[in-house]
Amino acid sequence: MAAMSPVADLPSRLDVLDVAAIRAEFPIFERCRRRPLVYLDSAASSQKPRAVIQAMAGYYESCHANVHRGVYALAEEATSRYEQARAAVGRFIHAPSTREVVFTKNATEALNLVAFAWGRANLGRGDVVVLTEMEHHANLVPWLMVAEQVGVELRYLGITDEGHLDLSRLEATLEGAKVVALTAMSNVLGTLNPVRRVADAAHDAGAVVVVDASQYVPHLPTDVTALGADFLAFTGHKMLGPTGIGVLWGREAVLEAMPPFLGGGEMIRDVRLDGYTPNELPWKFEAGTPPIAEAVGLAAAIEVLDGIGMDAVRAHEMALTGYALGALDARFGSDLVVHGPRTPGDRGGVLSFGFKDVHPHDVAQVLDESGICVRAGHHCAKPLLRRLGVSATTRASWYLYNDESDVEALAQALDACSDLFCL
Amino acid sequence: MSGLEDLYREIILDHYRNPRNRGELACPPARRAEGFNPLCGDEIVVYLDVDAQGRVSDVKIAGQGCSISQSSASMMSAAVKGRTLDEVRALNRAFKALMTIHESRLEHDEGDGSGTDTPVPDPAVDLGDLAALQGVVRFPVRIKCATLAWNTLTTGLEELAPSA
Ligand SMILES: Cc1ncc(COP(=O)(O)O)c(C=O)c1O
Repeated sequence: MAAMSPVADLPSRLDVLDVAAIRAEFPIFERCRRRPLVYLDSAASSQKPRAVIQAMAGYYESCHANVHRGVYALAEEATSRYEQARAAVGRFIHAPSTREVVFTKNATEALNLVAFAWGRANLGRGDVVVLTEMEHHANLVPWLMVAEQVGVELRYLGITDEGHLDLSRLEATLEGAKVVALTAMSNVLGTLNPVRRVADAAHDAGAVVVVDASQYVPHLPTDVTALGADFLAFTGHKMLGPTGIGVLWGREAVLEAMPPFLGGGEMIRDVRLDGYTPNELPWKFEAGTPPIAEAVGLAAAIEVLDGIGMDAVRAHEMALTGYALGALDARFGSDLVVHGPRTPGDRGGVLSFGFKDVHPHDVAQVLDESGICVRAGHHCAKPLLRRLGVSATTRASWYLYNDESDVEALAQALDACSDLFCL
Repeated sequence: MSGLEDLYREIILDHYRNPRNRGELACPPARRAEGFNPLCGDEIVVYLDVDAQGRVSDVKIAGQGCSISQSSASMMSAAVKGRTLDEVRALNRAFKALMTIHESRLEHDEGDGSGTDTPVPDPAVDLGDLAALQGVVRFPVRIKCATLAWNTLTTGLEELAPSA
């Protein structure tokens, strides 16, 4: 199974990052309510480095105006900062062209854009849309809505008991498909999916490939062309950036050929009383005043990530995942059931688990008492949880500012949990 | 740890570990109501037998979820068994009032509630073990867990008779 992961061959080392120095750049870690903050919920949202906070404040303090509208110098500056951010995003994901980078409000909006703008123009009754059983609701509900409106047929790639995509019937499932939408990394299982392999098969079947990279872009070096995607969506707040900004990357030819999503200012070239002409890429998809300061913040986040190096981020997280799997297993054995792949190379830094018979809500509550932030619930992936046979899991997830001490704190707090609930 | 001890009082943990009135009743004659907390997946099924005198002659609880939702359901089942429907409704009101006590009031005094628009617990209603759940109000996301059983019971009662 390990061979399925396109990134398994990256090195895995716990000393590649100077975590203490990195943490010092994140003001939130100065927060200490009774206990120091142990933040293990980056899969939900990452913390923000000083550089991002300052870039946004600096933008508002020195150069804010609306973009693409004013002729005055200030508006030119704001526009230029906004467009520079777009270029930075494009470079970060190796987009062939900056025109392919569309700013949205988050990954959810980006995926809705694809489902509705592309879907409405290209899908008809009986057309086949293929998803996977491990999708986040953001890459599932829009397609369910399209299915409801247009009458498309939804098919699903299932998962194996180890939490990998089950590709045993891949070709048969893809037959006749017009869209294949899949997550690059599961936000519950941590599974890194063989996106390229699925994309190649999807293209052979004549389908367009939509990749939800919300958990991937923040943690691994990303090359949209190498992944074989036609669309790729991710969200700023999970990659050190601010909330309120997401990205849809789309292949230029595909974006050109599709109609706009939202209508309004910015996205038009001309408007008459009896019609409109859409703007060119990428503004055609950016109706209304965009998240300007957020784009500036996202560019600052990318600069931080680039400075550290995404290879190093991945190596660190893979090593920490290996450490956590080993440490928790040694301490709790079968009392702690980890969902998803056991091989760190096959997964990202997301660990969903069941702990004895203690409900995840109670686990998270007890952990909070130790200053540990973990997520408890269904993680916006209800069909997946149903497949796993649980109604909720506890999920710990890490990033470049976490290290073994966070895992140690987690393990200790789980002991406390055990003392409280288990006789 | 005081906050946590306030939430997980011994009596709550006891109901969680040894839930009372666990099981099912044949429907009919029993009523069955199902409650669901979409946020966390907690699930409660209440089975209710009401006799000709309008008294809860038997109650059973099924479902699964966190310690707060399950212990609350267990305590509720013990509290309503043998009561008249009017008494059950009074208990329900008293419990809801307990769950909506404003935090500031909790911190300053347990007093008269003047100046707030939150429901005032009726001192005539004895909540018994249920009063132990009072600590939950300090943990707002858990209030829904504590009230799930009662909301489910209310649904069951509404089908039975219009509330007085
Ligand atoms: C895999 C995945 N897709 C999509 C999303 C949605 O991100 P956002 O809420 O920022 O739109 C998330 C995050 O919650 C996610 O983990």
